[in-house]
Amino acid sequence: MFDFFFNLPIFVQALIKGLAVIMVIFPIAGACSLAERKVAAWIQDRPGPNRAVVPWIAWIPFLGKFLQRLGVFHVMADGGKMLFKEDSLPGHVNKFYFIAAPILAMIPALTTVTVVPFGAYITGNTVVPLALAPLDIGILSVFAIGSLGVYSLILAGWASNSKYPFLGSVRASAQLISYELSMTLSVIPVFLWVNAPGREATLGFARVVEFQSQPGFWGGAWFGFLMPVSAFIFLVALFAETNRQPFDTVESESDLVGSFHTEYGAFKWGLFFVAEYSHMIVGSAVFILLFFGGWNPLPWVPLSDVAVWLHLVDQPVILGILSIAIFLGKVLGMIFFFMWVRWTVPRFRYDQVMKLGWQKLLPLAVINLLFYAVVIAFLQK
Amino acid sequence: MATEMTFPDSAAKGANAEQEFSPEKMSLSMGPSHPSTHGVLRLQMEIDGEVLTKCDPIVGYLHRGDEKIAENMTYNQFVPYTDRLDYLAPLANNMAYAIAVERLVKLEVPARCQAIRVLTAEMARISAHLMGLGAFGLDVGAWTVLVHSLNQREHLYKLFEELTGARFTTSYTRIGGVSRDVPAGWLDGVKAFCDQFEPALEEILALLTRNKIFLDRTVGVGVITKADALAYGLTGPNLRGSGVALDLRKDKPYSGYEQYEFDVPVGSTGDSYDRYLCRGEEMRQSVRIIRQVLAKFPGGDWYAKDARKIFAPPKDKILTSMEELIQNFMIVTEGPQIPAGEVYFEAENPKGVLGFFIVSKGGGVPWRMKIRSPSFCNLSILPKVCAGAMISDVVTLLGSLDFVMGECDR
Repeated sequence: MFDFFFNLPIFVQALIKGLAVIMVIFPIAGACSLAERKVAAWIQDRPGPNRAVVPWIAWIPFLGKFLQRLGVFHVMADGGKMLFKEDSLPGHVNKFYFIAAPILAMIPALTTVTVVPFGAYITGNTVVPLALAPLDIGILSVFAIGSLGVYSLILAGWASNSKYPFLGSVRASAQLISYELSMTLSVIPVFLWVNAPGREATLGFARVVEFQSQPGFWGGAWFGFLMPVSAFIFLVALFAETNRQPFDTVESESDLVGSFHTEYGAFKWGLFFVAEYSHMIVGSAVFILLFFGGWNPLPWVPLSDVAVWLHLVDQPVILGILSIAIFLGKVLGMIFFFMWVRWTVPRFRYDQVMKLGWQKLLPLAVINLLFYAVVIAFLQK
Repeated sequence: MATEMTFPDSAAKGANAEQEFSPEKMSLSMGPSHPSTHGVLRLQMEIDGEVLTKCDPIVGYLHRGDEKIAENMTYNQFVPYTDRLDYLAPLANNMAYAIAVERLVKLEVPARCQAIRVLTAEMARISAHLMGLGAFGLDVGAWTVLVHSLNQREHLYKLFEELTGARFTTSYTRIGGVSRDVPAGWLDGVKAFCDQFEPALEEILALLTRNKIFLDRTVGVGVITKADALAYGLTGPNLRGSGVALDLRKDKPYSGYEQYEFDVPVGSTGDSYDRYLCRGEEMRQSVRIIRQVLAKFPGGDWYAKDARKIFAPPKDKILTSMEELIQNFMIVTEGPQIPAGEVYFEAENPKGVLGFFIVSKGGGVPWRMKIRSPSFCNLSILPKVCAGAMISDVVTLLGSLDFVMGECDR
């Protein structure tokens, strides 16, 4: 059915895949910004964005009113505003780095998406994961490329030639680097477990999800249940890495105004904004893949069982879409959790964030790693 | 002709400080337009990394010269200016000012008028503390607290509008009374507000009180000792947070506060958390006072009827009686006739002790007026408590000191 795609020149295939990333991530980031406002409104007992509407859509009975209440046009208005308003370039900035920073923010955000698998279909008896670039070094490339994001923050703060952005970027570089350690250590047990002796070693996500889809107790129990401490550390570090409350000391508007993006406006600011949400989406996706079963709907209920029940084994396209829906649903649930936390708790102070990272999370991650190394060695002997 | 000029004010001190600056440190100006300086306060800070080594508050960006303005208008005309002192609790300012002038005349307003004033002042206290609480929440990063407290303030604003005709700048009191009696059914509205406010307040406070992150941010941050608090002339919840049970409503009761039962909460360590707890408890106590006022709301006159040269007669009398028409005309053109003398009166306002010192040489216009604004005195301790704090702590401190620049700069 999709043979024509694989018959295209490899260059065109890559181009289509690249476009697909942008076409998917940008709308999801936009939807997330709307969701952020709606979730905030829900938590704060107010209606939230519900005014903007396009006339000819407002004329549609019920649906027009519904979309207006939902606030979907606010996203479009915001996006349009960011694209078309004057892209100011303050006189006191270092122009080259000032413009480079938001671009550098987008590159890792869009690149990491490509290696994250987002669904699966079944041909014959094998489950084939769907990913744009199913690299064998999966998690490693996500960490390697994702951590480049800190450069954009440092550059933005430094190039702005202004004190508040400068302070923000100093905080950002310290915070992001500190939490990367715990984050990396927390996922090692997962890969120790799935790379059993005798198997071809891989750091790809496919093997992790494959493990979590196996029949039997160990397979069905997701890593979130097998390694709750790892999942917890990863989650906390993810909050810190994506600068989300309660770890948003980097852009805490109450003391640093806008932090590293204080001097930015219009589309350049929008790129930072989208990059932040993209990091959140990718981070959530990685979390779901590693600890919460990927595209398997429930613990001990793998996708292949669902395919058999629904007679979808011979329908790879429908099954693929179903698996993508399950996976996206989980990711969006995760993003809802991010927002829920953000609008409920206060934020840490900068030094408390660092203390938590180095004195609590890092030792915990090391102990956790040692514990699981011993347990896994014992189990797989 | 170049003359050597010395500037005693702190703004110029900030400018001079630039020269004696050590290169390892960075100077950072927070404000006058900064999200958490609550108006137009400016802090000239010297930071070493994230830690403050010096903090110089620079005030005066909102100076209007209210004290001088007062000399050029009649006593009643100044009431709207008192709205704009602590604009989060205009009703309490109105009352403090009116009582100050009435003390000069030795005029006792009727019980009903006193009850109305106490009622409105306590509602204003709740409104001001809610804003303080919300802003404090916002400063430590808890947005939701702000929106929930604004939600409750909206109920209060509706009641204020019904009573005074204005949501924000109420200008409710007159010398010798209030501008109008409570409308029919309004007291039931207040009761309904109290009934829904009590559980709502607990819900709002529950978001912060036992929250670990909030505790980390506030406990032990910005400790003001008892001695310091007294030495710097702190008043209001900031003083009580440091453990001094000074509340003029109890110590020097005015407007019939002695009839009502309420507790004065005091803190134990004087940190930001104690001040937060004090404000929360004061709101509960205010509700308690409001309930007592409502329970025994006195009848009778709502303005001093016998003070014919001070309080303008009701409209229907003005239109029907020659005597009252002349009386009204005189009060409107000449102002309420206040005898010569001087008075200092201070009232326990939400932010602290608001004092009015008025000198009269007779007639309808004050000869001199001095306003003792609590926010100004409370802010004076900032350089002391800020030293050694982190930048984020300054924000916590500003939130916990809960000042209003309209009152500070006046």
